[in-house]
Amino acid sequence: MTVDTLRLLLPEIILLLTGLVVIIIDLITMRRVNDTVLAGVSIAGMLLAALAAFSLRGIPPEPVTAMLAVDGFATFLMVAVLLGMSLVVLYSYDYMKQYGKNRGEYYAFLLAVALAIVLAVGANDLLMVWLAMEFLSITSYILVSYLRGNPRSSEGALKYFLYGAVASSVMLYGISLIYGATGSTSLNGIAQIVSGQGAIEGARALGFTAIVLLIVGFGFKTSLVPFHQWAPDTYEGAPTPITGFLSTASKAAGFALMIRTLIVALPSLSVDWLTVLAGISMITILFGNLVALRQSNIKRLLAYSSIAQAGYILMGLVCVPQVGFQILPFSDFQFNGINGVLIYLFGYIFTNLGAFAVVIAIENRTGKVEVKDYAGLIYRSPWLASLLLIFLLSLTGIPPTLGFWGKYFVFGAAIQIQFYPLALVGLIGAAIGAGYYLNIVRYMFLMPADDDEKIGVSRAISVALAVTGVAVILLGLLPSALITWATESAQFLASL
Amino acid sequence: MVPLSWYLIVAAALFCIGLYGALSRRNAVAVLMGIELILNAININLIAFNRYITPEEVSGQVFSIFVLAVAAAEAAVGLALIIGIYRTRDSVNLEELDLLKG
Repeated sequence: MTVDTLRLLLPEIILLLTGLVVIIIDLITMRRVNDTVLAGVSIAGMLLAALAAFSLRGIPPEPVTAMLAVDGFATFLMVAVLLGMSLVVLYSYDYMKQYGKNRGEYYAFLLAVALAIVLAVGANDLLMVWLAMEFLSITSYILVSYLRGNPRSSEGALKYFLYGAVASSVMLYGISLIYGATGSTSLNGIAQIVSGQGAIEGARALGFTAIVLLIVGFGFKTSLVPFHQWAPDTYEGAPTPITGFLSTASKAAGFALMIRTLIVALPSLSVDWLTVLAGISMITILFGNLVALRQSNIKRLLAYSSIAQAGYILMGLVCVPQVGFQILPFSDFQFNGINGVLIYLFGYIFTNLGAFAVVIAIENRTGKVEVKDYAGLIYRSPWLASLLLIFLLSLTGIPPTLGFWGKYFVFGAAIQIQFYPLALVGLIGAAIGAGYYLNIVRYMFLMPADDDEKIGVSRAISVALAVTGVAVILLGLLPSALITWATESAQFLASL
Repeated sequence: MVPLSWYLIVAAALFCIGLYGALSRRNAVAVLMGIELILNAININLIAFNRYITPEEVSGQVFSIFVLAVAAAEAAVGLALIIGIYRTRDSVNLEELDLLKG
């Protein structure tokens, strides 16, 4: 442990200190501090940590400690997630003023989940994988139940907790089996033993069981079918900014854990996990899109749509180039699957958070969250309506939005390895998705409004809307820098 | 010495009982108890593997201490959530938690 190591841990250190500072400010002012200070400090901390992560992007892939790796893959996701989390803080500002109590702790918890995600994307040991996931889960349970006395918020949190606790214990049982089969918990150590010549058939059978158990845990975190049942209820009951967080940043952390564990530790069992995940990906895309079709509550609709989006992100992981028992080096391929995952996640975080910003802006003013309440939105607030149109187009995957490039790269990966059934299912899902996304657009632009009152937007939400809107359009038009960065980041993972 | 497989059989049985309890009980506290059984099964696994596979290291034992600590934190949050539900709804029966559905 030297000063140089501390530099590598800068994002974690900044987030931890900011979290403590927020709690201390809240306590020494006897909880009478202005919300602007708390939110401002939190956002500053997150942006600073994102900057620190960005400055570490090019460093050679070296494990900092036995537990954590700082490499391109981790820093890419850190930057994406921390930018997303600072948007969540912006949304929370007005929302929590209106609905929440004990807001100092709320912001400290948001910083704690950001820290949990930053640890998760670099976790390089099964112990750390599980600890980061539990850290993220426990803080998320608290945030979901943050509207005290609101029965919906508590019910959503309890359902999330019970599913989460079962899923993570099942996953931990899988981890204990892997430890037994290999005698190691380090991802690199496991990879060496599993791929070694001495790998016995018995270890292989144990490995398959363990992989299925691991996927239960990761599938819960990323809300893949059939581990998704908590998602719609929790998304509907949670405070809306937290719904935005759960559907984006929390999911990104789940995918980071899944990808690193499977690709780094178990590449030689890839035939086993690719088969399972390919099936899950298809079911998730079809199920999420079909059920979203008949939702009337916009938070539930976005919940099912985010389940379907998770299926697309998983497509990238399913389509990593591999032959026999080996994953081929990513640098030989334009579409290596993992760069698709990274681009998709980056675009999805901004797009979905943008869509939630519109939902929150309308909920703050009118208290309404049904799709039919969006009728005639174009007359009541042309800006909100056109921004939501952009975000919905991006979620559908229509150019020139950021969402298009994510879909382009995951479908490209599927076609490159000639996995046509998956690409076909993806296309059918996208067509169904267009149906319900454009249904909202139909309400906003073509239906008469039952209320002529204009909808004003607060300053914090306007900033969030501007950032997400500009990011989705601008990066959609000029994606080359993002694509290069994501492709380089993905290669770090395979070179370890 | 007792062979390793005996420990693994006990752990697997405990895991199955815990999972069955967690999935079939309708009382939130009983579900929590099922989860605790699963975690105990994991601890038996970790410590047995540590003793038989890598006796020169202590990584499995350290892991099991982490499991104990995190399980306590998780149970604390879980019980707080259950008490929160009980205060607003006067029940911890999961079948009656039906405000959110569709």
